[in-house]
Amino acid sequence: MSNLVWLVPFFPLVGGLILIVAGSRIGEPRAGWLATLMTATSLAVTVAVYFDLLGMPAEERSHVVTLFQWIPVGALQIDFALLADPLSITMALFVTGISSLIHLYAIGYMHGDPKFAKFFLYLNLFVFSMLMLVLGENLLVTFLGWEGVGACSYFLISFWHTRNSAAVAGKKAFVTNRIGDWGVMTAMFVAFSAVGSVSYKAINEAALEGTISQTAISAIALLLFVGACGKSAQLPLYFWLPDAMEGPTPVSALIHAATMVTAGVFLLTRVGPVLTESYAWVPDTIAIVGAATALFAASIAVAQHDIKRVLAYSTVSQLGFMFLAIGSGAYVAAMFHMVTHAFFKALLFLGSGAVIHGMHHEQDMRKMGALRVAMPVTAFTFIIGWLAIAGVPPFAGFWSKDEILLYVYADNRLLYVVGMITALLTAYYMTRQVIMVFFGAARWNDAATEHGAHGDFRPHESPKVMLVPLVVLACLSVAGGAMQLPFSKKLHFLENWLEPVVEEAERSIKGTWAYDNKYVLLIAASLVACTGIALSVAVYAKRRVPTIEPKVLENAWFYDATVARLVGGPGAAVFRGVTNFDARVVDGAVNGAGSLARGVGAQVRRAQSGFVRAYAVIISLGTVALLAWFVWRGWLA
Amino acid sequence: MVRMAWVAGMKVMIAAASDSSILAFPILTALVLVPLIGAGAVLSFGRYRPEWTKLAALSSSVVTGALSLWVLQAFDPADAGFQFVSKHEWIPAWGISWHLGIDGISLFLVVLTGILFPLVIAGVDPHHDERPYLAWMLILQAGVMGSFVSLDLFLFFVFFEIVLVPMYFLIGGWGYDDRVYAATKFFLFTMAGSAFMLVGIVATALLSRDSVGEVTFDLVALAETGSLSITEGRWLFVAFAVAFAVKVPLFPVHTWLPDAHTQAPTGGSVILAGVLLKMGTYGLLRFGVYLFPEASVWARPALYTLAVIGILYGAIAATMQSDLKRLVAYSSVAHLGFIVLGTFALTDQAITGGVMQMVNHGVSTGALFLLVGMIYERRHTRMIAELRGLQHVAPIFAGFFMVVMLSSIGLPGLNGFVGEFLILIGAFDTARWWVIIGTFGVVLAALYLLWAYQRVFHGEPDEANQGFAELRLREGVLLSVFVAIIVFTGVYPKPMLSRIEPSVAALIEHVESRTDYQRPIQGEAGD
Repeated sequence: MSNLVWLVPFFPLVGGLILIVAGSRIGEPRAGWLATLMTATSLAVTVAVYFDLLGMPAEERSHVVTLFQWIPVGALQIDFALLADPLSITMALFVTGISSLIHLYAIGYMHGDPKFAKFFLYLNLFVFSMLMLVLGENLLVTFLGWEGVGACSYFLISFWHTRNSAAVAGKKAFVTNRIGDWGVMTAMFVAFSAVGSVSYKAINEAALEGTISQTAISAIALLLFVGACGKSAQLPLYFWLPDAMEGPTPVSALIHAATMVTAGVFLLTRVGPVLTESYAWVPDTIAIVGAATALFAASIAVAQHDIKRVLAYSTVSQLGFMFLAIGSGAYVAAMFHMVTHAFFKALLFLGSGAVIHGMHHEQDMRKMGALRVAMPVTAFTFIIGWLAIAGVPPFAGFWSKDEILLYVYADNRLLYVVGMITALLTAYYMTRQVIMVFFGAARWNDAATEHGAHGDFRPHESPKVMLVPLVVLACLSVAGGAMQLPFSKKLHFLENWLEPVVEEAERSIKGTWAYDNKYVLLIAASLVACTGIALSVAVYAKRRVPTIEPKVLENAWFYDATVARLVGGPGAAVFRGVTNFDARVVDGAVNGAGSLARGVGAQVRRAQSGFVRAYAVIISLGTVALLAWFVWRGWLA
Repeated sequence: MVRMAWVAGMKVMIAAASDSSILAFPILTALVLVPLIGAGAVLSFGRYRPEWTKLAALSSSVVTGALSLWVLQAFDPADAGFQFVSKHEWIPAWGISWHLGIDGISLFLVVLTGILFPLVIAGVDPHHDERPYLAWMLILQAGVMGSFVSLDLFLFFVFFEIVLVPMYFLIGGWGYDDRVYAATKFFLFTMAGSAFMLVGIVATALLSRDSVGEVTFDLVALAETGSLSITEGRWLFVAFAVAFAVKVPLFPVHTWLPDAHTQAPTGGSVILAGVLLKMGTYGLLRFGVYLFPEASVWARPALYTLAVIGILYGAIAATMQSDLKRLVAYSSVAHLGFIVLGTFALTDQAITGGVMQMVNHGVSTGALFLLVGMIYERRHTRMIAELRGLQHVAPIFAGFFMVVMLSSIGLPGLNGFVGEFLILIGAFDTARWWVIIGTFGVVLAALYLLWAYQRVFHGEPDEANQGFAELRLREGVLLSVFVAIIVFTGVYPKPMLSRIEPSVAALIEHVESRTDYQRPIQGEAGD
């Protein structure tokens, strides 16, 4: 069965190809059902492969399926090969699972859109690319998927491309990601140079056995991290992600929260041994960047008014948490949080989509309020998502976040404090969102006319096809923590499953204060979550404290604006300078020489026009002179 | 009647060609002669039977294309040397011969030349003076074909120069407003370069007289048995390199290209980008590296630097263009920079990638020019600012543009990526810092193309663009051929790579045997 792992990306590819050819003929809603069916089949195959691997002894759970030789030149032999092992199958499971749910949801959400079939075409191609990314046996196959998801993300962000902001956001995402891609490409160059291969196995083994220099290992690690910063929206390249919310909400949930943006975390986990064997400052850098991004983005989220932008900054922040885990050596914890985050963040995004849908495309939370009455299912599931992300026990997010914080405490206490502050802020801004959207006074009637509603404006609950995915994700957000419970080694299901591939990290922290007192940390984390919620309730529900939403946070610390100003100012000036240089100086010299030649030519042959002849004369003269020089040097004797 | 006889003659030739027992059939000579015969036919009876002109031109270029495809299937991938060799004395007193042959380096350029011309002739109308236009096109095809199969320096030079004439007239006769300026500029630049090469060719033959034993212009004899002093080799290399640098074009002798491309008719632009520029990069490899190994090793830092400047400079200039065609032209400067970088990096991967990229660039940029030509046909403008929202009114057209654009950006899975990736990964050990900087060209490619796409295709179409017509059937068929090549080579490049690589390896061994250069061995580098 593991040999059939190629079927996993095959089905969404087929779905995409069918929709390219006949999408508009298949039409709504069948195009959506077809795409959903393909993704679901892919999920079924993945589950089968999972059980197949589970039935094998742990050390044999790694299957390479080579489809064909892809780029073989000399020493460089790159196969188009897929790898089925616990790590890739874990990724594939949650990717296909969440994709299926979101495909289903999108059938309802995209109802009536003139480009309905095209949407599912892109969505299927995205799933295909994402699966290539996670199943790749070497860096290049992963890079194929990496660029493929980038392209699909571009198509989908600018899906409503007649809107200028959507078109700009799509381009911004692609170009920013490309900066990261520079890192991934260069990492492959270093790997080939030092290891002679770009396959994960060869690179990881070379790192572990010390057959390559630590400088090369560290270069590979750092360059891949540059790529991860682009794809997973970390500082300093995070700024494309909030703008990516221009895409339809299912896209935000699938690509820009649950799957694609976690690709960087996955990539670094895949090359875990490389990170471990690097100079110590390399993982430290990753941890610091992760912590800084987590705090930075969380601080911005407290002052956003757009329902989706709050979630976007929250995603950036949570991804920062995962990088903090990676940098602290806690790969399993990073994977754990990636999966639980996929559950609750997809849930929150889909919930916000349901709200937007029911509010006739209103996204400003200041015009919402009291929606729990109008949309009970959406409200209920959203509240579960909120509890999960806020870190309230026993919801999924609590366990994964706590596990990360445990390792961070053992690694670096300062970063632990940063993590705790971020956790506090997370609970705070998510509570703020829930209160603004679902509780308090209904503010939507004030803006009813804006929505084209005559008289009474009534937000409505979404159709069943959208609610089923919400309920399923809500269940996962409640129970997801069960895959890795801290109480005993036996309950570390995820770690035991991943162990042959991902290094067990627990050994590294054994004997530290954090390890011995992990229940203290557990309680501290719960207290912090509750404090955040309480503060937010005091501010937004009880109105005991005035709101603190400074402009600087609303404008994201002016980071994006500064980058835009730099690109539009000095950046554009350099580009204009080069272009003018080309037109005036380089080409000017040519035209100057041209008119000079024409002048001379006119002297030589006055009556003739056209400088071809003149130039031919000059050239012949030059040729003769050169030949004469050769003769003079005696070379032609 | 004439045509009937001619068609019958062709049939005999094809029959002869497909019969593998007749190995002596001079297939490469046929590749050069068939388009010439076609040109003769177009000029002679086309005057009396104008309705058959296009058919005659098309059939002769289709036959050439078919012959080139036959060569492709008959080519022996295991043989690194020259195949289908045909050698006849031409001017024995000077050691000049009609020496033709192809190896893995020229094979795909021949095939590209073979299939690009019929596509352009079938797919793009000149709008006026069809007869001379078609005749020039066919002469151009013969000249380009001849350049890629010549193994005699003098013969190569003749073909190299012949190419200028039809291109000059195509730009000057069927181009846009500034066509005369552009055509002249193109002609003068290349002529100036050629003058250096002519001197170089003559001097190489004469200076090698003692080591070879006679005066000869035969490339293989000169490269294999000739020996030049270091100084001589370097000077002569520079003479050749100047000629080819203009053709490529390399910074700073590139400024003829944007003008020529912009002003040329669509068919001319496609051919110019598709195959003409490759005569420069091919020349650098075949006549630069092969004839002057020592000088090639010596000149590497300079050429790397010019190549990387070209990559970044071309991309930056492309970003700021307001004319869509000029944008594509500047993107060529950037793409060709990658090829030059690969050529002189002197590793199997880099040169193989470079050869592959010559073909890839021909396909993707050729297709881009076709698309821009189609936009011009509909809107009579190439200015980005006047176009808007085309994806909304012509989604299929936009889809084709998107695929071609992504190929040009270098998306893995499409052809452009394979070439660029091989160049960069292969050059990393020999030109490390240039590669690290040059890789940023990949970022910039996304910037200039996506920005242009956004302005032209996204947004709400205004009144002038409301009526933009969707892709027509003929256009769709034409572009589908390009897209098929783009996807196939991107997903499965092995058939191409396995034919290119042996010849490249042989070339590098040639360099290693004559210099102290040694290929880096990956995996043992340490750091």
